[in-house]
Amino acid sequence: MSASEPPLLRVEGLSKAYPGVLANDGVSVEIAAGQVHALLGENGAGKSTLVKMIYGLVRPDSGTMVLNGAPFAPADPHGARAAGVAMVFQHFSLFEALNVAENVALGMENPPPLRQLSARIRAVSDAYGLPLDPGRIVGDLSAGERQRVEIIRCLLQEPRLLIMDEPTSVLTPQEVEILFATLRQLAAEGTAILYISHKLEEIRSLCDHATILRGGRVVAHCDPRARTAHELAELMVGAELKLTDRAGRVSGEVVLAVAGLNMAPASAFGPSLKSVSFELRRGEVLGIGGVAGNGQEDLLASLSGERPSGPGMVVLKGEDVSTLGPNPRRTRGLLAAPEERLGHAAAPDMSLTENAVLTGTTRRKLTRHGFIDWRAARAFAAEIIAAYDVRTPGPQVAARALSGGNLQKFVIGREVLQAPEVLVVNQPTWGVDAAAAAAIRQALLDLAAGGAGVIVISQDLDELLEISDRFAALNEGRLSPPRATASLTLQEIGLSLGGAHGMKAAEVGA
Amino acid sequence: MITLVARPAPSRFWAWATPVLAVLATMIAGGVLFAILGKDPVEAIRVIFWDPLFGANAGYFRGQLFIKAGPLILIAAGLAVGFRAGIWNIGAEGQYIVGALCGASVALAAYPAESVLVFPAMVLAGALGGWAWGMIPALLKTRFGASEILVSLMLVYVAQNLLAWAAFGPLKNPQGFGFPGSRNLQQYPSAHNADLVAGSGIHWGVMAGFAALIGTYVLMSRHIAGFRIQIAGDAPKAARFAGVAPARLVAFCLGLSGALAGLAGMFEVAGPSGQITDSFGAGYGFTAIIVAFLGRLNPIGILLAGLLMALTYIGGDMAQLMLQLPAAAIQVFQGMLLFFLLGLDLLTNYTVKWGWARA
Repeated sequence: MSASEPPLLRVEGLSKAYPGVLANDGVSVEIAAGQVHALLGENGAGKSTLVKMIYGLVRPDSGTMVLNGAPFAPADPHGARAAGVAMVFQHFSLFEALNVAENVALGMENPPPLRQLSARIRAVSDAYGLPLDPGRIVGDLSAGERQRVEIIRCLLQEPRLLIMDEPTSVLTPQEVEILFATLRQLAAEGTAILYISHKLEEIRSLCDHATILRGGRVVAHCDPRARTAHELAELMVGAELKLTDRAGRVSGEVVLAVAGLNMAPASAFGPSLKSVSFELRRGEVLGIGGVAGNGQEDLLASLSGERPSGPGMVVLKGEDVSTLGPNPRRTRGLLAAPEERLGHAAAPDMSLTENAVLTGTTRRKLTRHGFIDWRAARAFAAEIIAAYDVRTPGPQVAARALSGGNLQKFVIGREVLQAPEVLVVNQPTWGVDAAAAAAIRQALLDLAAGGAGVIVISQDLDELLEISDRFAALNEGRLSPPRATASLTLQEIGLSLGGAHGMKAAEVGA
Repeated sequence: MITLVARPAPSRFWAWATPVLAVLATMIAGGVLFAILGKDPVEAIRVIFWDPLFGANAGYFRGQLFIKAGPLILIAAGLAVGFRAGIWNIGAEGQYIVGALCGASVALAAYPAESVLVFPAMVLAGALGGWAWGMIPALLKTRFGASEILVSLMLVYVAQNLLAWAAFGPLKNPQGFGFPGSRNLQQYPSAHNADLVAGSGIHWGVMAGFAALIGTYVLMSRHIAGFRIQIAGDAPKAARFAGVAPARLVAFCLGLSGALAGLAGMFEVAGPSGQITDSFGAGYGFTAIIVAFLGRLNPIGILLAGLLMALTYIGGDMAQLMLQLPAAAIQVFQGMLLFFLLGLDLLTNYTVKWGWARA
């Protein structure tokens, strides 16, 4: 990788406008062969639009691309793949009921016979240290293993440029290490990697070049190893970032006790909850880590009351609430905010006022004899909007018109302002920009400082380390015993999350 | 090439413009249909839509308008509540018939005793009958997950057979010289659901229809129960999070729409129809589905749509009489109305762009 060599891909002045927003505004990037190039930016900065243009999913309004010295304007992903560009998406497109080899075959232009393909999958998986058994059913695989299926599908095309969109969001630390080893090996062989992420430490350890986008424009090209994570974050946000303040919390008596909670999964391929037990004290933030799909949704549903459990399993302030529904639990002070904002925590087509009524009728007096007091509801919605800096024209706006971060601030604000004694949140900052995420974390910390017990279920280990007092890992429906966060290392946390899934299977298969 | 682009929020303008547009499109397509049948399309449309309101015998027909619209509105008001929650009661016709059978049975059992209690007892029996018929699909759905669409629809045919059996059997008029059909309740003062003002066409059933519209309006826009029904239709997962128990919701919606359909049937048999015959079911229960959607599941809309559909009934009868149009042509005409409405509904949620879209 010398400076005189022409870059593998040169993007010049690429622009793309959507109605009302300029997603990319004259973006220029050069990626050399063998380079691991980070694309950094907040949600909405234009990262996805840029890679979609490179991958032929979106056509640019203006600008040019040159790949390997030849003009490059893919009409569709098929054309991009033919030119040597491959992409691993954040959300997998796999059939759960089929096995690994069948899934790989479905993504290929001219798949060889399955037996031959299995052999090639094995060969590639050995060569790049990606343990994977081609005969296993995808539905039984962990998120990390599923990602390997996608990666191997790409590698079989022998791409010259591999695009990876937020690849580590679903991985345990050990799985991240395996992935990084693979990516470094690929880079050493001359494959260029365009790596999209907002996890700054990862980028600093993996990438040798970074392009930072903000508001659709390139704001900096830099060497991420020469910058601190804090500097990179401020470049992304374009402002100084506040650190969360976790002072002032004193842990009090037990407010919520969960004992031997068993529950069958709501979805076909999820694990069941197996004898989950923990205690939550007043003034405490309990972090529950784990890769999504390990029982998080069922745990939240069993605490919120959407899925009642067996008697004695959920005890709030000494009272057994296991068989009560969501509203009786709210009355008693147990509130929740589910992961899926649109459709679960909020009704998409309803206004913010109506969405305030969604959970707010028991603790805020929004109804009289069953009749809704719309004036009070509007006032409550306006109060949430003001207190949590929700960017919206007003409470009459439909929930689906808000950006992810703003809606999440509304959802968290709605629950926090009801003064819960216990609040359970699932993935509170998923897909939320850095400033909103910081505000949400601070709101949760302030709530705990006020004497409430807070449970944060999250995939983001950095987040849990930042705000939780105690940490437990949810893996395959089992919860590890909670331990004080201060005494834990990232390595220990990774192991409690199940380590690197599926190492054994591949060794047996190889 | 036509491309559809999703609107960021449903268009309020088109939500109200599409029913009007659908009526116009139906007139045009219906006109073409009548032309193919060899009738003058303009004449046919005038006979159907204009003459009943402003023609020679408009005074009589205006009363008929309420008689036809009353049951449609009463049934549609109940259906609209369930439709908002995503609970599809297609069997209002059956609930209508069973309500009529129950109401008439009470009256015929009391005959010839005169008492002010007879009519209220009939009202209660009619509502209960419709409610019970609606609870069958509700129970099967909550217990066994059976589709309420299929079960409620198939129960219509059961109800129709029940009706025929009753008309020829237990409810047959013993002094009817062997003709099928019950005694005529119009000749039984305690049971007769007469016009409140003679000749106006407004009987207790029409008043019940108005009351149902007001009641469901208050329920849906002011009460927490209506709010929960609305969320259940919009976002089922959010509804569960808000504390809605799906089984209770299904029972409430099917029970309510069943009871109102039963009431409609009872008022009909005690009033305009007068007797139980095997041809008592006139399709109000099915037409009410069109009324509910044409009225945007909204009370004022249902009122207007009910009157419009009543007009097509009356106008259709006149067209049969005066232009010798087949009865089926009028049913096709009503069906087209729903077809165009659902098709044009697209405009509420999408904008149409002409030309090739760029991704």
